[in-house]
Amino acid sequence: MSSAPVAVQPLPQGGVARMVGRRARDWIPAILVLVLTLGVWQGGVKAFHVKRFLLPAPSAIWTAFTNNQHALWREGWFTFQEALGGFAIGCGAAVLLAMVVARWRPLGNALMPYAIAANAVPIIAFAPITNAWFNPLTKSSKMAVAAVLCFFPVFVNVVRGLTSVKPQQLELMRSYAVGQLAVFRLVRIPTSLPFLFTSLKVASVLAMIGAIIGEYFGGSLDSLGANIKQDAALFQFEKAWAEILVACILGIGFYLAVALAERLATRWQPPGGFQSE
Amino acid sequence: MSAIAIGQHGRPRVDGVTRSLEKASLFFVVLAVLYGIWEGYRWLGIHFGWTHPFAVNDTTMPHIHDMVNALFQPTRAGGPLLVGILWRASLFTAKEAALGFAMGAVGGFALGTLLAHSRVLQRGFLPYVVASQTVPILAIAPMVVVWLASLHVTAWISVAVIAAYLTFFPVAINTLRGLHSADRRALELMRSYAASTWTILWKLRFPASLPYLFAALKVSATASIVGAIVGELPSGIAGGLGGAILNFAQYYTFAPQNLWATNIVAAALGITFFLVVLGAERIVVRRAPENLA
Amino acid sequence: MTVVAINGVSKQFKGGTVALRDIDLEIEPGEFVSLIGPSGCGKSTLLRIVGDLIQPSEGRVTVNGKPARKAREDHDYGIVFQDAVLYDWRTVSKNIALPLELAGTPRQERQAKVEQMLELVELQGFGDHHPWQLSGGMQQRVSIARALSFDPALLLMDEPFGALDEMTRERLNMELLKIWAETGSTIVFVTHSISEAVFLSTRVAVMSARPGRISNVIPIDLPQPRGEATREDPHFFELVTDVREALHGSHEQVPS
Repeated sequence: MSSAPVAVQPLPQGGVARMVGRRARDWIPAILVLVLTLGVWQGGVKAFHVKRFLLPAPSAIWTAFTNNQHALWREGWFTFQEALGGFAIGCGAAVLLAMVVARWRPLGNALMPYAIAANAVPIIAFAPITNAWFNPLTKSSKMAVAAVLCFFPVFVNVVRGLTSVKPQQLELMRSYAVGQLAVFRLVRIPTSLPFLFTSLKVASVLAMIGAIIGEYFGGSLDSLGANIKQDAALFQFEKAWAEILVACILGIGFYLAVALAERLATRWQPPGGFQSE
Repeated sequence: MSAIAIGQHGRPRVDGVTRSLEKASLFFVVLAVLYGIWEGYRWLGIHFGWTHPFAVNDTTMPHIHDMVNALFQPTRAGGPLLVGILWRASLFTAKEAALGFAMGAVGGFALGTLLAHSRVLQRGFLPYVVASQTVPILAIAPMVVVWLASLHVTAWISVAVIAAYLTFFPVAINTLRGLHSADRRALELMRSYAASTWTILWKLRFPASLPYLFAALKVSATASIVGAIVGELPSGIAGGLGGAILNFAQYYTFAPQNLWATNIVAAALGITFFLVVLGAERIVVRRAPENLA
Repeated sequence: MTVVAINGVSKQFKGGTVALRDIDLEIEPGEFVSLIGPSGCGKSTLLRIVGDLIQPSEGRVTVNGKPARKAREDHDYGIVFQDAVLYDWRTVSKNIALPLELAGTPRQERQAKVEQMLELVELQGFGDHHPWQLSGGMQQRVSIARALSFDPALLLMDEPFGALDEMTRERLNMELLKIWAETGSTIVFVTHSISEAVFLSTRVAVMSARPGRISNVIPIDLPQPRGEATREDPHFFELVTDVREALHGSHEQVPS
């Protein structure tokens, strides 16, 4: 259920992380695309009299957004807490288990194929079960889905990161006659950081998706997912779109926060990326 | 997995059979351990009346043998066996996912290739390609179905479009990344032959991008199944696994094992898709066993 | 006291490959000994056995009169690999300070030592750079500074300049000789460049392959200190020829 790439190897700085550091001038094409899209959307809806249940005009969505701002942000915050809780639990458990597995290699070798297989499982189908485990109106059930979704990509990537240390680095450490703990602290953990953050960015997106889909299967009406479902059913499409907008803003914000944390934690890396040519 | 690949290195071939046996027995050992953990936790939970993190009982944690058993029982008296229902549902969902996967992969590859050749386009579109993934796809799924229905598109194709949406992103990003991964010296060699942009793309950049592309396709294989299942949920399509999940979720308190059994089948479908892509990779990118998964 | 004493060392790998057979070599304080030989002659393996990074199948190695393991635990040697093996996430200064940090040297002392090392390898002003900002030759100089930062009596070098271009290599050869003279340390140097071995060493141990053995030990009696003039000395060419013939001889001796 990873809907962002598990890269062959992590780029020094992925996606938005690098964009944060871009110069303002580099943003001009992106802003142009946004303005153009909104313009065509607005114009098209007006010109062709597109029915509002098909696609409301951006202006109508914006009106719904501003009119319901208070309720929307409250719903968004509710959902975001679920996502954040699940993210913390899932990623935390994944990192801890990855460290154990990286320390005892035979265990890791035995478990990795299963973790990779689990990564290929549509875990989202598990969402209704967590609603049976926990009171569906509480946040716990959604946190559980989000946590399970976050777990596998982070686990697989961190194990890979912790074990992708160059043999000579280990030889050097051996020449200093230091213990396993120091090797972990000085070599394995720093080496795994780019891998960790690549997967944390994936997990931030998955956590939001997990929370919202969990809510879809039954959740408190204080949440985004349940409201999107209800508003769509009641033909309140402008409001549903406004809720989607809130979900996107929170999702992007979450992703950017992780990307920023990556930037701060791996400052030592050279700038680079797609435009390396 | 790469650790296993390293372990294979330089061992005499005689060990091959032994190692396959070892692997097979390890597989069953791990399965048995997982089974033991599940049943053990269940027993302890019921015995001591655990309520944290959730109350353990037959509804929350059915016996694993009950789940498997449920597959070979009819869901209602005189009806077909569950496994038969789920088999047809899997084929239906697989059809949606496969079409979506194909559309998403082609679209993603095309966009990735386009962006790789223009920095302005890259700056213009890349932020939105990344941002598009934070859109909770489930939320827009009903709109997509309504849009396409108004264009007289069959419902299952709408679901394929949703699956394509999830497939597309990893492929686009990794195509871009892969096309840029070509060795600088190899590029210079191509330029020294005065090769055209197309020749360089086809003879050099594309082969260089294959490991990246397959890494993305493996992620996308699962994503397409997720997209298909999620797409079925709000579209009122009952024929697939998403419909089955929705249906059995409603009757969960009466027959929890049915939903668990459906999950097992969904997992099997996801892993099957993954393995198909893995097999394709093995054939196409013979030189890169270390890129497994 | 002998710095390195290798007695009857053999190494057989798990697959059955015999990498080294019956190696005997003694290295005295202040010597610069090169190990040279064809690929697969086990020269790097021998270096690693001296550093207790791998264990011999047979035989004994002592460093400073102690078993190799004890010497490693006492930080008796510094090691330099073909790749600089710098930690990307540490600045140049922090890379150099790493062994001191691990030995528990106080911060002030560490900083002073790092400054001294940067000067020694002529990288003043680069302390705050990260490895990716340096050229290959500069990275290797950092690696040498790191190996020397804790004043080990012995420096083990595994083809340290093998990946560098000829010009950089010759410049670093000169620098290494200067460092060797300043620190008075003992150096064991693995290389497959004949002229490099002759230019740097006080002795060259020529090895043959399959199984790896020391076939010849050639004393290099070129005058010290060596410099650009050494490379044009007729005796330098004679010694290069001697080593080359020894290498070829060792090839012919191999009955396959």
